[in-house]
Amino acid sequence: MDSAFVAGLAARVIARDRPSIAAALNLVEDRRPSQRAAQRELLRLVDRARSARRIGITGPPGAGKSTLCAALARAFIGRGQSVGVVAVDPSSPKSGGALLGDRVRIVREGAPDPRLFVRSLAAGGDLGGLSRAAPGCIAVLAASADVVLVETVGVGQSEVEVAREVDLTVVVVQPSSGDALQFLKAGLFEIPDVVVIGKSDLGDVAQRAEAELRHALGVAAQVGVDNGEVAVACASGLTGAGIDGLADAIEARFVALDESGALGLRRREGDVARAFFALVRRVGEVGLDALGGEDAARARIATAIEAGGSPLDAALTIADASIALLRPSR
Amino acid sequence: MDRPWIFRTYSGHSTPEASNELYRTNLAKGQTGLSVAFDLPTQTGIDADDPQARGEVGKVGVPIGHLGDMRALFDSIPIEKMNTSMTINSTAPWLLALYVALAEEREIAPKVLQGTTQNDVLKEFLARGTYVAPPAASVRLTVDVITFTVAHVPDWNPMNVCSYHLQEAGATPVQELAYSVANAIQILDSTRERLGPGADMSPVFSRMSFFVNAGIRFVEETCKMRAFTRLWDRLGKERYGVTDEKARRFRYGVQVNSLGLTERQPENNIVRIVLEALGVTLSKDARCRALQLPAWNEALGLPRPWDQQWSLRIQQILAFETDLLEHEDLFAGSHVVEKRVSALCDEAWAEVEEVQRRGGALVAIESGYIKSKLVESNARRLSAIERGEQTVVGVNKYVETAVSPLTASGDGGILVVDPAVQARQTAKLATHRASRSASDVSRAIDGLRAALTKGDNVMPASIAAAKAGVTTGEWGTVLRDVFGDYRAPTGIGGAPVMRAGEASPSLTMLRAEVKALESVLGRRAKILVGKPGLDGHSNGAEQIALKARDVGFDVVYEGIRSTPERIVASALEEGVHLVGLSILSGSHRELVPEIVQRLREAGLDVPVVVGGIIPEVDETALLAAGVRRVYTPKDFELDGIMRDLVAILRGGA
Repeated sequence: MDSAFVAGLAARVIARDRPSIAAALNLVEDRRPSQRAAQRELLRLVDRARSARRIGITGPPGAGKSTLCAALARAFIGRGQSVGVVAVDPSSPKSGGALLGDRVRIVREGAPDPRLFVRSLAAGGDLGGLSRAAPGCIAVLAASADVVLVETVGVGQSEVEVAREVDLTVVVVQPSSGDALQFLKAGLFEIPDVVVIGKSDLGDVAQRAEAELRHALGVAAQVGVDNGEVAVACASGLTGAGIDGLADAIEARFVALDESGALGLRRREGDVARAFFALVRRVGEVGLDALGGEDAARARIATAIEAGGSPLDAALTIADASIALLRPSR
Repeated sequence: MDRPWIFRTYSGHSTPEASNELYRTNLAKGQTGLSVAFDLPTQTGIDADDPQARGEVGKVGVPIGHLGDMRALFDSIPIEKMNTSMTINSTAPWLLALYVALAEEREIAPKVLQGTTQNDVLKEFLARGTYVAPPAASVRLTVDVITFTVAHVPDWNPMNVCSYHLQEAGATPVQELAYSVANAIQILDSTRERLGPGADMSPVFSRMSFFVNAGIRFVEETCKMRAFTRLWDRLGKERYGVTDEKARRFRYGVQVNSLGLTERQPENNIVRIVLEALGVTLSKDARCRALQLPAWNEALGLPRPWDQQWSLRIQQILAFETDLLEHEDLFAGSHVVEKRVSALCDEAWAEVEEVQRRGGALVAIESGYIKSKLVESNARRLSAIERGEQTVVGVNKYVETAVSPLTASGDGGILVVDPAVQARQTAKLATHRASRSASDVSRAIDGLRAALTKGDNVMPASIAAAKAGVTTGEWGTVLRDVFGDYRAPTGIGGAPVMRAGEASPSLTMLRAEVKALESVLGRRAKILVGKPGLDGHSNGAEQIALKARDVGFDVVYEGIRSTPERIVASALEEGVHLVGLSILSGSHRELVPEIVQRLREAGLDVPVVVGGIIPEVDETALLAAGVRRVYTPKDFELDGIMRDLVAILRGGA
């Protein structure tokens, strides 16, 4: 795959040509070493054209993430925006296979919607809530849609993992499970921007959970946990109740983040975190030590990104440097 | 001497006129009731000219688009004397409205009408799939029909609680008993709520009937039927305070099992059908009220008149030649039967309570609990057949055979619906639309919408709409507008993966082969399992999807009622390596070539395989259209299909 082909593909992705978006996603999902150069080039080009608001949707299994994700996708489409969805489902550790069932909940009856593009991914062997291919897929869709929704598997540290891939995180909790308080105890409040009590169609239970959560947030503020910015919403993907309000809250949050300059900062931090993760996966602790430790590595990444490199570019370049340092000199 | 049950044959195809002719012939041959099969557009509330109806009109039943079609269907048939069973669910209020409108037109009082509307929408979410409105709204419409007929058509059976389709979807006898009783509880509770506190439930309870399946294990099936009568009696007494013993009698009709009918050595099916008929007729205390037997060649395609006649003759021989009807109950006092019956009752009741504990059938359906239980049972059944633990003669044992003269005739041994039927129905529909009063129609539609929105009983407005010339599609559109789209849980998400310990050597090897495809494809092999068309029989697609996951594929399954457009869009967006299609309604001739062509137009060169009830002649045509493999019921070895897929993806086949 030569670079002219990749450049053409990237241009067509940015022009929102659907077959090209599909081809680009297939390319970034490809794990063969022979594809790595083309992937790197493609991601460099699409990262530069990143235009979408990227929203992560996470929460425990069964909280109603995909139903909510579907409802949000429709809400944004209804507001005239195009939406890309990356939906991650768990793989069976036994067979390695996966049933990718989110699509059926997201895509509606009737003719396919040209403003919606859904790519389902299997988590594969990755234990977190994302798939190894997810960052690349998010990058492709972020250059070809107005909004990108990323739905995690909802296990392990998916909240933390998805945070570095998106601009804003929505955590969905079930009204009846005591999740709200568990969150507080787990100290995860610096991560979500919006907490949604899903399945608000359950009525009273949902309202109680909301009150409980607001109270808990108030207490947390008093003891100094930074949660001032967490919005709490009640919504039902099933009935659609509260979805418009949730979309409003998300949009308002984007506007606020943009005006304060926090959005740019977040994106840079996210890019560094993503590159750092890729770097560690490639060179491991030994490689990190060779670079002078974690802080030094992060600083190098930040500089490389500042200079206009894409996160994957930065990670791979610095990885090469680390590997060179580790090779015995002749 | 006991009176014989009602003899029926589930039939209807092509056009109302052709079906009318068939009914009159069948009645002349000694059939004593009618069982109307509707085509899928009619069952899902869409018109013959709707793009989604492509390939489906007149295929699995008769198309009824408006009152004119109903007139033609019952032309010269005295409906005031007929016992008419309609296999109709989501659109049951509409078809009943058309029937009542026809009666009134003939100056027959609705109160003399006799028959049954299947009207069990809950099971449509578990099997079969012809739902329109979401579950809660569907329950409301079901109750509308019940309260309407109890008041105005007192001899009508407003609902057939169906355990039939649960067995087709893989239910064990215990599950069949439990989930159909749980569905009945949901409907009866909702009806009681509608009628208000203190209402006498006897008239409602006594009109509820069941539609039951009978499989080849006819001794257990006999026990199951006895268990049903006992559970139903208990439910009436305990939950609904029905004091009259007669009103608690379990009344049921039967279509014997189609699931076990084989495509290989299909002549053996006639023996299976006879034995299955015994299961529901042997025990006088638990004998069916109406029986319809499938034809021996159901697994091959649509039966011809002669095939249906053969099945009718089975019933007549059983009732009139044998001494079956001369005896009291044969099993009273049998401790063997009694032991099995009480075990079935206990286990089923425990599962009924489990469903109630989860909030009742509606909640257990919406959450996917019941569906995943059925999918699990079906997977176990198929695996037992595949491993030879369950014998199917002519399929996994005693497979040698001489050439069958039955299938050697020129027509391939099945009925083929003339593809021109859709064009004819569409033209008739256009004439009908042009002939009616536009203002009457719009007034009737407004009335229907108002009734649905306000929560009034849908029947009066539907009858008015029927008389105004409203079409089936227009009626369905109002329903969809008011209640919104719905997609049922597929039930395959929660099914457990076969563990390595249970995995056969062939499964272990398959997993390795699927994994090895990664080096060819660059990532995990990903397949799309699509169900185009209106056919909602999703068992095959679900089992393929589950098996594919179990051997290591990434599987995108979209559920039922997809369209060629959607399947192509999904294949593109998801970047799949192979598309598998499942069609049982006969619309493969139209839909499959269209999908292949659209895929190629979208630049997708992925291989396509097809499974379903596909006659041999069509197989050749599909292969010529670019399909790589065609699977029919004779390909019961899922592992074999998976090996094929691997070979295709490896590029070797």
